[in-house]
Amino acid sequence: MPLLEVTNLRTSFHTRHGIVRAVNDVSFALEKGDTLGIVGESGSGKSVTCYSLMRLIPQPPGKIEGGSAMFDGIDLLKASPQQLNKIRGKRISMIFQDPMTSLNPYLRISDQLIEPLLIHEKISRAAALARGIAALEDVGVPDAARRIRSYPHEFSGGMRQRVMIAMALITKPELLIADEPTTALDVTVQAQILDLVKKMQQELGMAVIWITHDLGVVAGFCRRVQVMYAGRIVERAATDELFARTAHPYTRALQKSIPALQPKGAALYTIPGMPPDLSRPIEGCPFVPRCEFAQEQCTQPVALKDIAPGHATACLRVQKGEIAL
Amino acid sequence: MSAEFPTVTQHTSEVEVGQSLWQDAWHRLRQNKMAVAGAIFVLLLALASFLAPLIAPHSYEQTNLAIGATPPSLAHWFGTDVLGRDLFSRTLYGGRISLSVGLVATAVSVIIGVLYGSISGYVGGRLDVVMMRIVDILYSLPFVIFVILLMVIFGRNIYLLFGAIGAVEWLDMARIVRGQVMSLKKQEYVEAAVALGLRKRRIILRHMIPNVLGIVIIYSTLIVPSVMLLEAFLSFLGFGVQPPMSSWGTLINDGAKSMESYPWLLIFPSLFFALTLFSLNFLGDGLRYALDVRTSKD
Repeated sequence: MPLLEVTNLRTSFHTRHGIVRAVNDVSFALEKGDTLGIVGESGSGKSVTCYSLMRLIPQPPGKIEGGSAMFDGIDLLKASPQQLNKIRGKRISMIFQDPMTSLNPYLRISDQLIEPLLIHEKISRAAALARGIAALEDVGVPDAARRIRSYPHEFSGGMRQRVMIAMALITKPELLIADEPTTALDVTVQAQILDLVKKMQQELGMAVIWITHDLGVVAGFCRRVQVMYAGRIVERAATDELFARTAHPYTRALQKSIPALQPKGAALYTIPGMPPDLSRPIEGCPFVPRCEFAQEQCTQPVALKDIAPGHATACLRVQKGEIAL
Repeated sequence: MSAEFPTVTQHTSEVEVGQSLWQDAWHRLRQNKMAVAGAIFVLLLALASFLAPLIAPHSYEQTNLAIGATPPSLAHWFGTDVLGRDLFSRTLYGGRISLSVGLVATAVSVIIGVLYGSISGYVGGRLDVVMMRIVDILYSLPFVIFVILLMVIFGRNIYLLFGAIGAVEWLDMARIVRGQVMSLKKQEYVEAAVALGLRKRRIILRHMIPNVLGIVIIYSTLIVPSVMLLEAFLSFLGFGVQPPMSSWGTLINDGAKSMESYPWLLIFPSLFFALTLFSLNFLGDGLRYALDVRTSKD
């Protein structure tokens, strides 16, 4: 049985400009200890998917319209607040995009770091503090015993993200959701944070969902990837497979816009057009207006379908074998 | 630490670690001479007032018509009132009432206002609507009629005065705190706290209230003077402190009646009152500067 099984998740936001269907019929499963990357551009629904699982969507205007997310026999989407509070921070942890704003400026690092221990495990403050110091050492904060008494503004961005990771992992969760945790950091620190999460994952044997818009990060870190576009999953495969036998024009376009994979001096490829307006219903493939392979038939409804074991695509023409990318 | 995850070497050994935003603000406040002077003045005055039984050279209630309405002298520094009571002693005792009304009523209004406002702002939705409409209704009650009603029902009582003023002053505080909390709760660290499995109560107490405290403190220094003015106003109308007890309000009231013949009876209490309000305003100003997030680092 998978650790997490999401089925037909649909989340929308009821705004003045209509209903924005941010996540549209998303299904996926995650095994214990596995690493899943969710890739997509801004507004593709990758963050909203994970926020829905943690029930962090502000309601209203957000609304989880349907679906289920089974985590160890509990449907996260229907769990009571009490059930949820026992899971959040204990069995499922999350790290956020911006380490500069994810820590309360008025509380010492120690107070925030051991908070999950104090509420989820019945241990004394002294014991919690000792574990807090050990956790800071694990994530590479130097002089942890002294630095734990600091306040957030006395830490750099990279250090704060380490604190966030220590905080997320201090209860040894079974699942870590990382929402673009390296986006706000510079490249060298990014690499350190990636390595750190990789190391902690091996030590704790936890599953990781890594949300990013950077295919390069995914390639180095995730065993499996799913690409999201306009609130749907358009392609899912093992990471090597995704790069070797790309099966969706959108994934191909994303790859072509990685600067490092381009010949030197060539103009960088950009995907023409804009992502679709999610407040309008979309028939068929949402990528049609920007797709160089689009045909009349692409406007018909299409579902994610396996084209090889473990490799699924939502491109009708690839499914039919009409195009190879 | 394994070698593959190099820790960042930092030269922090000489820098004191753990400087909170509060300590920063305290440091900035100490640089502000006017605020410090204001704080010292208020503290000295409070000390003198509360030690009045030890300091006061004469009784505040002992009348002696033989020395009625004498101007300031060495025996009676501030002179005496028409009944021959020592004005210096009465001013000290009056300060007791005025300052404690200021403090207690402010404390009452801060506690109610902060809790009410943060719950309303954080929980939001229907509860927020109901709670804020209650505030609106209380706002529309005419204050004087409210106090007269209380006096009629419960009789004249100094504690009732504290309560009545506190019960009115918390409304502004609740609105201010609610507004702050509503913007704070969209901060990422609140989201992070929710993701860590914290309950609403803990989030409000640990994450919301410490963050609004700066504004609350600033606003409190503005409430204290306004509460003292209210007390003076009520005493002036005859609803407040009853003789022979005095407050600055009643002293000023008495002084105003005879200011043409015995001006010192008005001048000294008014001076104390005005200086206190002045000091509190300077202190509030200094605090606003010291606690302003935009002037702090980060």
